[in-house]
Amino acid sequence: MNRRASRGLAEAVTVVVAAVVAFPLYWMALTAVKPEAEVISADPRPWTLAPTLDSFTRALTVQNFGRYLLNSVVVAVAVVLLSLLISFLAATALTRFRFRGRTTLLIMLLVVQMVPVEALTIPLFFLMRSVRDVAPVFGLNHLGSLVLVHLAFSLPFAIWMLRGFVAAVPVELEEAATLDGASRFRFLWQVLFPLVAPGLVATSVLSFIHAWNDFLFAKTFIISAAENQTLPLALQVFVKPDQNDWGAIMAGSTLMTIPVLLFFILVQRRLVAGLAGAVKS
Amino acid sequence: MRTAKGDGRIAFAYLAPALLVLVGLMGYPIYQLVLISLFDYGQEQVSGGAPLTFLGLGNYTALLSDARFWAVLGQTVGFAAVCVAGTLLVGAALAVLATRVRTWARMTLFLAALGAWATPTVAGSTIWLFLFDANFGFVNEVLGTTGLSWTYDKWLAFGLVAAQVIWCSFPFVMVTLYAGIKSIPGEVLEAAALDGASTVKTTTSVILPLLRPLLIVVTIQSVIWDFKVFTQIYIMTNGGGIAGRNLVLNVYAYQQAFAASEYGLGASIGVVMTALLLLVTLGYLRALRRSGEVL
Repeated sequence: MNRRASRGLAEAVTVVVAAVVAFPLYWMALTAVKPEAEVISADPRPWTLAPTLDSFTRALTVQNFGRYLLNSVVVAVAVVLLSLLISFLAATALTRFRFRGRTTLLIMLLVVQMVPVEALTIPLFFLMRSVRDVAPVFGLNHLGSLVLVHLAFSLPFAIWMLRGFVAAVPVELEEAATLDGASRFRFLWQVLFPLVAPGLVATSVLSFIHAWNDFLFAKTFIISAAENQTLPLALQVFVKPDQNDWGAIMAGSTLMTIPVLLFFILVQRRLVAGLAGAVKS
Repeated sequence: MRTAKGDGRIAFAYLAPALLVLVGLMGYPIYQLVLISLFDYGQEQVSGGAPLTFLGLGNYTALLSDARFWAVLGQTVGFAAVCVAGTLLVGAALAVLATRVRTWARMTLFLAALGAWATPTVAGSTIWLFLFDANFGFVNEVLGTTGLSWTYDKWLAFGLVAAQVIWCSFPFVMVTLYAGIKSIPGEVLEAAALDGASTVKTTTSVILPLLRPLLIVVTIQSVIWDFKVFTQIYIMTNGGGIAGRNLVLNVYAYQQAFAASEYGLGASIGVVMTALLLLVTLGYLRALRRSGEVL
């Protein structure tokens, strides 16, 4: 087979694979705009004759979806901002300075990534229960508890990943900045921070997804304050044995997926560069 | 790297916030987890209605002598193995495919993969459930198997969940490996071509060795993720399947603790899981060392 034909074949395969991979998302969006009768038809069509926003209306009005969407955004944004700030400082410390216990700390960071989050739900539940009396915002039934937990679980990975990016910035640059009279602090925020941007983007995407996807902690920590629930849990209220409102579930799923998808598309170039950077380092 | 005096103090200041969060929300809970696993800790003890009884290794002996635990452990390992193998095969194959096509086709594939990757786990699990729904599912319609419940049979249910897990986790492997292949300098491949190396030879003796560290990283990451799958199992099999047939370790731990109020027993399952994953981590560290990563 000549080169062109083999490339053509490869491209045909690629397109088919892409279609299969994207199909569940297409089906989600399609179901969300189908009228109810079409959704629960025994022979579902892969298109719709009468698109409608009824399912979205049901999802948004009946179940107060807007509030849950807001909660999810608040948690995810707080986790991303805090983890960027804290992991950048920590990664700088771990690459720019030599101090006793540095290697041990690095190994610890790697090891704690392996600890199954699910196992820690039990002690964390008790911890949040006692925090409730001291600082209610970070205790059970409050969004703060989710922020804290996700922050803790995204930090080790974020630090580990950013380390490579910080290390890649030449030390001479810092020396030059110091000679020009820039303080260490100014160097950190005005030179180093922008230079590790691809790394920051990649880590923020990963911590965003982490917080946005969480089902377990929201389920465990937000027990009696329904108004503080996040999207993954809110979606579950439509699921009832044998009478699922599939239209509303798919509309809710669509609303939940759109922000992440937008975020991904916005940063995709930098994300690939970030992963490649992490790989090279 | 600077080694000036006073570095230690500044380094500590930079590290302080991270350490505070990690010690408070990971270190302390790990210690607590081990502690709880040594007690008979049930609903009565939680509400303060009964005193705590120290069991020592009692929860562990109960666990290890329970046939159910071994069954769940076996299922967890088997399920994770299938997911890891599937994710790596699909991810690697598509990464290679992506290097062989023009930009428009690659972008199409990457966009689709980005979509699968971006889909929140809960949404993804629900979509797959609907696609495979017994009565209204598109898959049954296409296969002509209307009425077939994919989540009823134990192995069909595991297979369905595994397919969903692979769907949402292959993009990471694909993008990472693609980036890795792209970062191999063109000269290296040209040199191989000049030496008359075949495609297979180039792949096995030039590309694969160069990608080895990366392959190790994505493999271990996948092992860790797939060993810990929670949401998909919980949602797609409705909390672990009929009579708990589709339980994996962490869903089992969660159910023992929060559904059966056996916090001590749940914690001991968590400790066993952590120990198993730490073994994997040790292997990971050794692999990193051998591949020349400097810590």
